[in-house]
Amino acid sequence: MSRLGQGGLIDRDRPLSFTFDGRRFTGFEGDTLASALVANDVRLVGRSFKYHRPRGILTAGSEEPNALVTLNAGARAEPNTRATAIPLFEGLEAHSQNCWPSPGFDLLAVNQIFAPLFVAGFYYKTFMWPVAFWEKLYEPLIRRAAGLGKLSTLPDPSQYDRDHGFCDLLVIGGGPAGLAAALAASRAGLRVILVDGDTRFGGRLLSERHLVDGMAGADWTARTVAELASLPNVRLLSRTTLFGVYDGQQYGAIEHVADHCTASGAGQPRQRLWKIVARRAILATGAVERPLMFGGNDRPGVMMASAVSTFVNRYAAAPGRRAVLFTTTASGWSTVFDLHAAGIDVAAVIEGRAGGSEAAREANRLGIEVVRASAFHVIGRQGVRAVALVDAAGRKRRLTCDLVAMAGGWNPSIGLGTNLGARPVWSETLQTFLLDAAPPGLTAAGAAAGCWALGDALRDGVTRAAEAAEALGKPLAARAVPACSADPAAISSLWHIPGKGKAFVDFQHDVTTGDVTLAAREGFVSVEHLKRYTTLGMATDQGKSGQVNGHALLAAKTGRTMAEVGTILSRPPFLPVSIGALVGHHRGTHLRPARQTASHGWAKLAGATFVDAGLWKRAQWYARPGETDWLQTVNREVRMTRGGVGICDISTLGKIDLHGPDAGTLLDRLYINSFSALPVGKARYGVMLREDGFVLDDGTASRFAQDRFFVTTTTANAAKVMQHIDHARQVIWPELDVQATSVTEQWSVFSVAGPRSRQLLQAMFPDIDLSNEAFPYMAAMECRWRGRPARIFRLSFSGELAFEIAVPARHGEALVRALCEAGRPLDATPYGTEALAVMRIEKGHPAGNELNGMTTAADLGLGRMMSGRKDYIGRVLAGRPGLCDPARPALVGLRPRRPDQRIRGGAHLFSPHVLRIPANDEGYVTSAAWSPMLESYVALALLSRGPDRHGEVIIVHDPLRGPEIEAEICDPVFFDPEGVRVRG
Amino acid sequence: MRIPCPYCGERDAQEFTYRGDAAPVRPQGDAGFFDYVYLRDNPAGPIAEHWYHAQGCRGWLVVERNTRTHEILGARLAGECAR
Repeated sequence: MSRLGQGGLIDRDRPLSFTFDGRRFTGFEGDTLASALVANDVRLVGRSFKYHRPRGILTAGSEEPNALVTLNAGARAEPNTRATAIPLFEGLEAHSQNCWPSPGFDLLAVNQIFAPLFVAGFYYKTFMWPVAFWEKLYEPLIRRAAGLGKLSTLPDPSQYDRDHGFCDLLVIGGGPAGLAAALAASRAGLRVILVDGDTRFGGRLLSERHLVDGMAGADWTARTVAELASLPNVRLLSRTTLFGVYDGQQYGAIEHVADHCTASGAGQPRQRLWKIVARRAILATGAVERPLMFGGNDRPGVMMASAVSTFVNRYAAAPGRRAVLFTTTASGWSTVFDLHAAGIDVAAVIEGRAGGSEAAREANRLGIEVVRASAFHVIGRQGVRAVALVDAAGRKRRLTCDLVAMAGGWNPSIGLGTNLGARPVWSETLQTFLLDAAPPGLTAAGAAAGCWALGDALRDGVTRAAEAAEALGKPLAARAVPACSADPAAISSLWHIPGKGKAFVDFQHDVTTGDVTLAAREGFVSVEHLKRYTTLGMATDQGKSGQVNGHALLAAKTGRTMAEVGTILSRPPFLPVSIGALVGHHRGTHLRPARQTASHGWAKLAGATFVDAGLWKRAQWYARPGETDWLQTVNREVRMTRGGVGICDISTLGKIDLHGPDAGTLLDRLYINSFSALPVGKARYGVMLREDGFVLDDGTASRFAQDRFFVTTTTANAAKVMQHIDHARQVIWPELDVQATSVTEQWSVFSVAGPRSRQLLQAMFPDIDLSNEAFPYMAAMECRWRGRPARIFRLSFSGELAFEIAVPARHGEALVRALCEAGRPLDATPYGTEALAVMRIEKGHPAGNELNGMTTAADLGLGRMMSGRKDYIGRVLAGRPGLCDPARPALVGLRPRRPDQRIRGGAHLFSPHVLRIPANDEGYVTSAAWSPMLESYVALALLSRGPDRHGEVIIVHDPLRGPEIEAEICDPVFFDPEGVRVRG
Repeated sequence: MRIPCPYCGERDAQEFTYRGDAAPVRPQGDAGFFDYVYLRDNPAGPIAEHWYHAQGCRGWLVVERNTRTHEILGARLAGECAR
């Protein structure tokens, strides 16, 4: 056990049991998986991506590149989870990745022997030839050998939630700068949201031994968080990772609601996706410590100095017994003293720069040797055993140790600030990249802005909050900055130290100093080319620790400055995000909303099978007991309707009320035919074009008063037509005095069709004369049904004598029940969309398949409706030569030579005796059905010069689904071509 | 993105349907329709565009947007722009 006897922010009264690779361990409440593994002396946690090198824990934060594990098992398994960011919980189960059979003995470690093959660009160089081998051999091999964790492939059983946040000030990061900013802003009355990915706020204050306002950092944090929590204008979101900055001051975040629990509570989501809109935001994400590039810097036991301090101070876990510390910064010295205070032996401190500092003298007083090294590397394969160095006097030395801590300086964690394209700039004084032009409303503060020293970070947080408050019109009354202990923060850059062995730049993608050097030599001298050639920074950690080192090395190898070389941008997500969290509740039946008509419940009882029509659920057919086949049902529905009377819910059609003195004028400009002269009490069929001359939609408009029309659209185009009408009256002709309102959901409408429909409806409305004389074809009226407003139209889609009756939607179910009741003595049948479609094909009415956005009115045989006496949308471009070409495919009917030969929609049409190649394609079948009335398959098709070719034989070519069929071209109206029945 | 609808206030861009450049004006006569329907500028910088608040007031808006930065500079009701 390497648990220190005292200290740490862990609860020793609450031990937690967990397993790693099947072995059982114990940690404490407050641990992370990483700290618990450190405390249990587990140093080797996985193998690297390419070379399968043994790897340990490098950092103590979310930037961790090495310690990736698969958390949980079975359907809840989550690969590539950073052990340093997993709060320990009772029963936690984790497995190492990318090694078999175990991290200690990994068969694919043989890759290390072939390391010379795996240099930068090795994919491109090695697996070039023969080409066919790439897909079949090389790629599967590489995929098996390299890679990270595996997905479970089982359905995710977790629930995910979504929430929206709105605030004046969003503070990203709850370290010293973030806490100071949130406190100052919230005291000024700003609505503040504070997010932090950690389980508790405090950031570095939890990991270091600084005093703030005379108390321990953790205590000051607790007091500050308590005050923030007590304020009604503050929302605290811990365990919440901000992953992206988006246009319009919008931010995406994931709240890990139950990831730290063995099982989610009832109704509790695993994670919650936050979409936060913030007028101002402060990026207080701190900084990530830079590794140093020396041989063996990836060996288990080599750690960041800040991580060593965190494990010792926050988690009371000793990462080693005898340490060597390599530092180029003042902050590295704090780790030396942290180790000394914890009773851990410090073998030596290696300084990269000229010594003589106060800290070095202090170390000497404590008996710690301080060495300047000109060469340095780590000895030990599965873990650090010693370091070898060449000292200032040129002597080779070997120091036994089991821990190497490296402090190479700091990179402000500004990835989020570059999401919208702002490129960081190099600061020579701070030796780091800083955010130059942040996205609108966003400001970096604290270490993220290069304010390394604790006092500077606290002051910067207050200053940025004051600026935000000022800008939002709520200036701070006071700018109290908490006092804190001294925190020297000088950095001198030393990137690469010569020595034996591979020195890693990108730990997760196994990019070495050799790869970067090679890339520079081969001419990949831009950071963007370097990234793509070596995959530097392209792993799941996005190069948070190693990227800048690679750029520094590139600068050195190409003789340029850091400012000239620059650095890359970061894209969302800042940290990996579960796809499930983005999907949220929108899966399975909740993928889209379902729209049900008023008769849905009744239809279900009546045996309906439903079909999706956009978001609508429509009754497709109503099977009766004894019917074994859907076609049998549909045929019966057609025969009973054409022979008696049928009832169909057509409420899904788009319905728009048009009101105003200019309503008729607007309709004239929307439809190809005229409506302004339509008499009150009449309906008319109309076709709308797009401005480019193609058909947009068809439907009817009925006039109920001089200034009041009722427009219907197809189900599919309801929203599109509404938008089109609004565009016409608001954008093109705002001078027209007319209002339009969608009433699709306000009216429930049923079609009552068939020779006995009048009889049925007359029984429902005994006081209204529905005779042909009083209420002829295309008549429309407003009336009342059971004291409610109702409308009756003499419209027909089926070609039968038919009525459409509409009542307010909440009475729709009562109406369909009443219709069925009145229809019982007439042997009425409900019919669904399938029978509806059969009957409209029998009548040759164009519908969705023909109104496909590529047809003109003339193509559909409606060219004669186009008025020559008025302007309307689409008129001019419908007259283009290409759209008037008589060779264009136009609507025809097709009947197979043998009635039982099935023609299918989508089949293509060829003249006999020509090659079946695209050049000879003359058209295609749009709609097809079995016609029970004609006892034959029938089809509608778009055929070149079709209307002139009635009587010809054409080949229906459908090679994927069946043999060729000979069909006769005919008029698209198969049934009752004279239209006698509809006027009966 | 957020769009300040003059009628509904600042709303999420998901509530709106995009149409495109607001500059072309429907010709009075028969000439100029090809340009009106098909020809569009593609400026880098501010552009006035038509957006439809489909899931709000159903108003057609003229929205000023910077194509370089996606910054929304303002929005007016299309009907009022024309007057």
